[in-house]
Amino acid sequence: MQFRSIRPSHADGMLYYQSAWNFGEKYWFDMIGKIHEHVQETMPAMAAKVILARAVTLATNRVGHGGTTLPGRVVRTIDRSVAGRLSRRLTHGSAVVSATNGKTTTCAMIARILEKNGKKVARNREGANLAAGVATALLKDSSLMGRPRSQTGLFEVDEAVFPEVAALLKPEVVLLMNLFRDQLDRYGELEHLAELWRTAVSSLGNVTVSVLNADDPLVAEMAALRPERSLCYGIEDAGAGGLVMQHASDSKYCPRCGNPFDYEVFFMGHLGKYHCSHCGNRRPSPMVYAENVRLDGMRGSSFDLATPAGKAAVEIPLPGLYNVYNALGAAAAATAMGFSPQAIQKGLGGFSAAFGRVEQIPIGGKKVCLLLVKNPAGFNEVVRTLLDEPGEKSLMIALNDKIADGRDISWIWDVDLEMLAGGVASVACSGSRAEEMAMRLKYAGIEPALLDVRPGLRAALEEGLRRIQMGETLYVLPTYTAMLALRQAIAQHFRPENEMGDLVWK
Amino acid sequence: MEVRIAHLYPSLMNIYADRGNIITLAMRCAWRGIEVLVDEFGIGETPSWDDYDFYYLGGGQDREQQLVCRDLAAKREGLAEAVERGAVLLSICGGYQLLGDYYRTGAGETMEGIGLFRAHTVAGRRRCIGNIVVEADIGGSRLVLAGFENHSGKTFLDPGQQALGRVLTGFGNNAEDGLEGIVYRNAIGTYMHGPLLPKNPGLTDWLLARSLEHRQGQAIGKASPLPALDDSLEEAAHAVALRISGK
Repeated sequence: MQFRSIRPSHADGMLYYQSAWNFGEKYWFDMIGKIHEHVQETMPAMAAKVILARAVTLATNRVGHGGTTLPGRVVRTIDRSVAGRLSRRLTHGSAVVSATNGKTTTCAMIARILEKNGKKVARNREGANLAAGVATALLKDSSLMGRPRSQTGLFEVDEAVFPEVAALLKPEVVLLMNLFRDQLDRYGELEHLAELWRTAVSSLGNVTVSVLNADDPLVAEMAALRPERSLCYGIEDAGAGGLVMQHASDSKYCPRCGNPFDYEVFFMGHLGKYHCSHCGNRRPSPMVYAENVRLDGMRGSSFDLATPAGKAAVEIPLPGLYNVYNALGAAAAATAMGFSPQAIQKGLGGFSAAFGRVEQIPIGGKKVCLLLVKNPAGFNEVVRTLLDEPGEKSLMIALNDKIADGRDISWIWDVDLEMLAGGVASVACSGSRAEEMAMRLKYAGIEPALLDVRPGLRAALEEGLRRIQMGETLYVLPTYTAMLALRQAIAQHFRPENEMGDLVWK
Repeated sequence: MEVRIAHLYPSLMNIYADRGNIITLAMRCAWRGIEVLVDEFGIGETPSWDDYDFYYLGGGQDREQQLVCRDLAAKREGLAEAVERGAVLLSICGGYQLLGDYYRTGAGETMEGIGLFRAHTVAGRRRCIGNIVVEADIGGSRLVLAGFENHSGKTFLDPGQQALGRVLTGFGNNAEDGLEGIVYRNAIGTYMHGPLLPKNPGLTDWLLARSLEHRQGQAIGKASPLPALDDSLEEAAHAVALRISGK
């Protein structure tokens, strides 16, 4: 089999080999093998790689799986440095973004700031946030001779992969936003991730500015590692927070001395204004900050952005304090790239939600609002935001336990779902762990009579829509893979009804 | 009727949604009109050992576990005596390890436990992660327990000690002898979280019945003093957990 000529030996490559096999499309992969052998003999090295990536993209599209990471995986099995070499050819450098919560939305915001200000951006697609996804994005952006078409690279990366990608790309900016407890079965403990990040940040070269969230003690701590090359951001409006910590709070102890922090205010989970009265460690003063934060329910939020270059009023059509943090992170990264507050304001105004995050879909005179939930801190924020809306809410919560969601679903017991008791008209529970979700809600004090258990996503969505009146909104809270499946189901089973874009069942 | 719960180190030892176990105990009492009191005890805070019927100790991250380990030594005597008097104790994962004789790390250091359980733990090379199903004999009846485990420590019981149950799927104490957890009097140590109590109502109610006995100072006999609840959602969640584990 020709394919064996690029049969990889390390783990990443094995994954490619296995997935090729799983697709059951031996033919296409034999073809890729042949193309690879041919281009290697006849063309310069970089062109060979770009052509190989194109071939894989074609093949995977043909097989019906989007070529989001496979091209990069294939090429990386031959040459792991390809992403680094391509990224150094970008004239305006690159930025790498990592966090537990908000990567995708924040990257979309930064991309909009860049594009609104005339920069072409090479980005990895969401979900393709491992090293191979970054390589794929760069390969796709390149001409046959390996010249990038874009000026700037912008990459969201998985928390555990950040060190590898940062070392490979040597980006101009790294934006580290937060570390929350998320999928312990995949990542292990939060402390371990923080340690990986600390090591990665301390080995960043002088070319890189680290943009750090001052309000997250685990992240802010990294400013001390390279004070001259760090830029901190945070919220400076105590009125935007609360005085009580949520149950999902993760990092309550000073990373320097292990004593509990004193908090002046909590903004979100363990994010807030903190100091350690034992060793004197305290939140660094942010250079980029938000003042006068105003939250207007599901309609959006606004704040006054302050940077060393001046101030500007920012409006974002996304709900909740968590999106204020996303916008502020994007603004801080853009500041580090040299954009003025006015340029940032121009980019953030009129921004629309990233894939599956606060997406509003009109269906037959009713509305579906998709709000991704994937860990306790994020889930709390979504619940808090939608409870700000008046009236009793109708919800659908879709809990899957695939690897991308986390096989361990115990995290739903750390969400303060007790907030929902008395505020919901009905909850359709769906996904592969629908029953566990319903049980969790029962123990949160929600009447079992208001709970509907339907593991099938489409059936649950239909039932949820049936239960609401015309003009009302069904709030759908899916975990990651449930969100992907729901969007696909909506695309397959609905058709547009009118020019307004309203959908009806096919 | 009343049950008093002492939750030990709730802000340090809570990594696998341990709060879910406490919520479950509290709600199953509330639905039956049993008053429930939950008090939290952190570093340097010592419960009055006669006052509580149920002690709970969850799992923590490495650094938090080390802090707790030091503090727990001061609570050793009180807790051991409470267990001898018939108080209920549930410890999960890291909490379970700390109540054994010792934990030996990969680097060969030994962290002293309080020896309430005759068992010891050694660091393992591979992490035991996944859904777990255990067949247990609780108070003379067979229960199939479903949960999730995530640990690298391997725990070995001393000869003659009683395990909580036999592993049907998953790793259990050490991925070698097919045993999971430990039971000593009314004290249980286990690697099962998920959390454990919500979808295993049989175990939860057994623990609550023992807590009530402890409160009343007398055996309440075979007949459970606990009125039956509608457990259809709990049973459905349990059934799904078994199915996912291939049982």
